[in-house]
Amino acid sequence: MATDAQTMPTRARRTTSLRTAKLLNAVGSYVLMTVLAIIFMFPWFWTMGSSMKTVAEIYKYPPLMLPGQIQFNNYVDAFEVVPFGLWFLNSLRVVTLSTLGSIISATLVAYSFARFNWAGRDVIFGITLATMMLPSEVTLIPQYLLFRELGWLNTIKPLWIPAWFGGGAYSIFLLRQFIRTIPRDFDEAATIDGANPLYILVMILVPNMKPVLATLSVLSFIGGWNDFMGPLIYLASPRQFTIALGLRYFQQAPGQYGRPLEHLLMAACVMATAPIIILFFLAQRYFVQGIVMSGIKG
Amino acid sequence: MERGCYRFSTSLPSGQTGQRDCCGEEIALSSMSVPEVIVTRRRRPWLAKVLRCNTVKELRESLWGMAFASPWLLGLCIFVMGPILASLYLSLTRYDIVSTPELIGLGNYRRAFFEDSLMWPSLGRTFRYAMTVVPIGVAGSLTLALLLNQGYRFTSLYRTLYFLPSLTPSVALALLWTWLYHPQLGPINYGLRAIGLPGPGWFSSTTWALPAMIIISLWGWLGGTQMLIFLAGLQGVPQELYDAANVDGANRWHKFAHVTLPMISPTLLFNLIMGVIGALKVFTLAYVATSGGPARATWFYALHLYTVTFQYYEMGYGAALAWFFAFIVILITLFQFRLSRQWVFYAGE
Repeated sequence: MATDAQTMPTRARRTTSLRTAKLLNAVGSYVLMTVLAIIFMFPWFWTMGSSMKTVAEIYKYPPLMLPGQIQFNNYVDAFEVVPFGLWFLNSLRVVTLSTLGSIISATLVAYSFARFNWAGRDVIFGITLATMMLPSEVTLIPQYLLFRELGWLNTIKPLWIPAWFGGGAYSIFLLRQFIRTIPRDFDEAATIDGANPLYILVMILVPNMKPVLATLSVLSFIGGWNDFMGPLIYLASPRQFTIALGLRYFQQAPGQYGRPLEHLLMAACVMATAPIIILFFLAQRYFVQGIVMSGIKG
Repeated sequence: MERGCYRFSTSLPSGQTGQRDCCGEEIALSSMSVPEVIVTRRRRPWLAKVLRCNTVKELRESLWGMAFASPWLLGLCIFVMGPILASLYLSLTRYDIVSTPELIGLGNYRRAFFEDSLMWPSLGRTFRYAMTVVPIGVAGSLTLALLLNQGYRFTSLYRTLYFLPSLTPSVALALLWTWLYHPQLGPINYGLRAIGLPGPGWFSSTTWALPAMIIISLWGWLGGTQMLIFLAGLQGVPQELYDAANVDGANRWHKFAHVTLPMISPTLLFNLIMGVIGALKVFTLAYVATSGGPARATWFYALHLYTVTFQYYEMGYGAALAWFFAFIVILITLFQFRLSRQWVFYAGE
């Protein structure tokens, strides 16, 4: 870190210079942190501003920092230019179904890896971890051909049905690590009482796994919401589009409609990102926790 | 009575015993009425043998375990292993999706390596991109984490502000930056002109399109998940180590180089590996912002792969490109693991 305090001799004349060094460090850090915060927020600040400008203001030079009069109706107009509401619903459907699927199936699979011994388990677990290294491009073409064979092209099925088959290596790994931290005594006590494994999972483990399940749900939601390549490959008609693909469609719209739509496009960007930001603030704790878990244990 | 403690006999051959399906049940029934000696002489059912179980308890556990794992066992076959093998086969064929695949041996690979004038440049460009984005991204995330980890007030507010850009969907990222980069009307060039610099054409300039792409990626990267991971790693470094270093009169740099860095080296490795894989796959940004242009200045490997496969429908050639890509990514990852033995320090082990 480039703060002035680093160059200060901290060992000489201990008390006074130490105090000055600390103060300088604090001031330097705050200045740096604030400047960085401004840099990080500026693009969004500009986008929000642009989304509320009139067409004339958008094309003004020098560029206007803030809109003269806030045009909230840009947000309404965006819905009229493209079927934004429909895309929202499509995204919501895909994300809900895929999140549910990956949470439910990954919990079952992780439970198996964490608590049961079966022939080949460790080999399969090893393969599971190895698939995390594999770029998804290599499985993309056969998957596409498979879904084509099944008649799933131009439906949202390819975007959520695979999630029900284990939810991916990452979720399985994360949940397995978590289950292993829950004492086995709980399961064993219930086993002696005659509970079957499914009952133990649902009644004993899942209540203990709430935080990690919340984390995974949030990550899966964001991943699904932001996914672009999947919808791009599998969806063809605009009525099926998700929000991410819809934004791309909208981007190319100005040519079609023959009038500038940049301000509406910026409004669309804000609306496409808003659910994620809201979710982040609602579930911030789980979110940060989950990322941390993945990094430390990975 | 605990049924699981009875042992199957292992000495007798299995098969033709008539206990195919419900061996667990049958043994369990007999165990209640028949003395243990007789039970142990029973033949071990084939299912137990296949699953390498010696006791009823183990067999039950196996069956439950496999039942729970079955979604993933299926998923692994249908969506991962099957496709990997299928794309290996496809990469040896010419397949335009309409007619049947026609085996052409290594023709696709020959074409990729020697005849495709876009392949090597796109790979080189992808590497140039990754080799800029990854070091700056990882080092920058670490620097931000160090800055936030000093225990000042409002740290969590700053953390949130840094983190928010990384939540932006890539499509929105590309769209809003296109507007910021606008050569005439964009605020970036306006700012540059205000301080007397000529504003470059960014996405309309072959020289500046790639740097522009790198800046966008870094904006979405620096304050993102990697920073949070580093932050957690830094908080996991025991205070005693710093105290000991203080006693020895270590300065800040010493403490960073000899305490912090070794202690967070596993985290650093994780972020590096994930960062490289992510950067090599760069697609959406280029697809949305520039479509690979201008004059293919941002034509990345994944874009090339996508175009060949889903625009020209050359599935066989696309599969060969995908396999080559996977090969490179895995090679780099293994190389990093290998190299990590030199510098990663696992404190717990």
